Amino acid sequence: MKRRFSIDRFLIQRLGFSLITLVAVLTVVPILGVFGYIIAKGAPAISWEFLTAMPRDGMRAGGILPAIVGTFYLTLGTAFFSVPLGIAAAIYLAEYAQENWLTRLIRIAIINLAGIPSVVYGLFGLGLFVLFLKFGTSILSASLTLSIMTLPVIISAAEEALRAVPQSFRTVSVSLGGTRWQTIRKIVLPQALPGIITGVILGLERAAGETAPILFTGAAFFLPRLPNSPFDATMALPYHLFVISTQVPEMPIQIQYGTALVLIIFVLGMNLIATIIRSRARAKRQW
Amino acid sequence: MDKSLNWRETIITAVVKTCGYSAIVFVILIFFFLLREGVPALAEVKLSDLLATRWYPIENHFGILPLLTGSLIVTLGAMLIAIPFGIGTAVFLSEIAPRWMREILKPLVELLGGLPSVVLGFLGILVLSPFLRVFLDLPTGLTALAGALLLGGIAVPTTVSIAEDALDAVPKSYREGALALGATKWQTIWRVILPAARSGVLTALMLGIGRTIGETMTVMMVTGNAPVLAVKLTSIFSPVRTMTATIAAEMGEVANGSTHYHVLFFIGLVLFLISLAVNITASSVVFKSKKRAERVLS
Repeated sequence: MKRRFSIDRFLIQRLGFSLITLVAVLTVVPILGVFGYIIAKGAPAISWEFLTAMPRDGMRAGGILPAIVGTFYLTLGTAFFSVPLGIAAAIYLAEYAQENWLTRLIRIAIINLAGIPSVVYGLFGLGLFVLFLKFGTSILSASLTLSIMTLPVIISAAEEALRAVPQSFRTVSVSLGGTRWQTIRKIVLPQALPGIITGVILGLERAAGETAPILFTGAAFFLPRLPNSPFDATMALPYHLFVISTQVPEMPIQIQYGTALVLIIFVLGMNLIATIIRSRARAKRQW
Repeated sequence: MDKSLNWRETIITAVVKTCGYSAIVFVILIFFFLLREGVPALAEVKLSDLLATRWYPIENHFGILPLLTGSLIVTLGAMLIAIPFGIGTAVFLSEIAPRWMREILKPLVELLGGLPSVVLGFLGILVLSPFLRVFLDLPTGLTALAGALLLGGIAVPTTVSIAEDALDAVPKSYREGALALGATKWQTIWRVILPAARSGVLTALMLGIGRTIGETMTVMMVTGNAPVLAVKLTSIFSPVRTMTATIAAEMGEVANGSTHYHVLFFIGLVLFLISLAVNITASSVVFKSKKRAERVLS
């Protein structure tokens, strides 16, 4: 009796492990499939012309340059607003804030910002930046909207990086007569920099791939020229992919896959850079 | 101390402090603008009409129930995928896979989390929905099911990443204790490790689900966008339309200040309040369990 019981236990374990492994395989294989499929289908579309020419024939031919440049501008614009604000907020939380109800409220606000649906950010950007502040449908409005959406990612990552710097670094600096700000700027920030940059890139990566927040704040359906001021609307890769895969009839399939590939290279390239910075910093770290 | 230095400290502290409060300011601002543009809808459309079952804005039918049920059925479907696959993969990575495999697979799963949702929607249109149409013999593959499958794919990376962290944080002594008492590894996982990591795993699920409720582009592209009431179980095989997709699809074409415009903002307000509720619940689970741990340790 006892013997059968123990056999059953291990039989269950073996069945259980197989099941869990199967679940993991069923999770991982589609992921590989998604990336492999887009790369395989999109690669033939990539050419010098595709990357550097204006769209022609109602976007059915030519290149996607304005969308690439537009996404680049939007990412830069987002960084311009969200990076200083996000890092300063992280410095406040990691170096200045006491554990009281107000700090808890800030943390709850950050968690909530991270969870607000992207299309609601779009509505907010439309209400505040486009209509109330009269920035119009522009790169400026879209960048501001995206930067608020990116803020929680940057704050959380930067705060974590700042907190990882050992307390003794601060103690030594203050004991040598450094003020609080001097300590932060000369000692803590440089040490936390790789972690902060990683967080910033991961936040911007999200902004670069988003469509819903820019739908009504800055994205143009079709604009065969490059934007020349922050008050211009712009094409953007994610919105362009949405447009050509749902709104334009008789769109050559190759251009669609090519656009998807350029978008994921843009986004995953940023991810790769972040990963490299993180692992190199970890290898060099002295504490 | 140098006086100018002292001044500088004061100013910098003030600036940093202001930035620190910015997150609160933005949440309030977002709430304010949604109220400002969304609440007039309540004056312009009767509440009974708003809670009706017909969404047909051109003829002034603004019943949001079909959109609510659309969001609900797609989210429930995504949960049914995210729970087993998210937790299963987290358990596999944390407890079963060798270390090198975990180091490769976890970033890979997180990479999917970074994939723009519009790309998933794109593949949904070109690959998944034609497959579903043929495989299940449906009139169209653009259904709630396609949305649920892809949203599951969006929820899984978040769930796996956070749940794996939570499982990994369970002290080694718990495992050793259970194994020493003669439990199998499988029993240890189910009866010791998962219960110990319960609050973290729950948070992972809530945040994963939180992402699916707010997802816009994917569902707009693959669910077919038909605003029909989805209350039957078979509704999963028919087209639906979610709240997010309605806002995204229609906001570009309405006149600012019209009733339709205000109703779309009202839907945004509903979404905002749902995400607020989900996130505050998720974070209070974390806070509570932390307090419990502190109590145990003191």
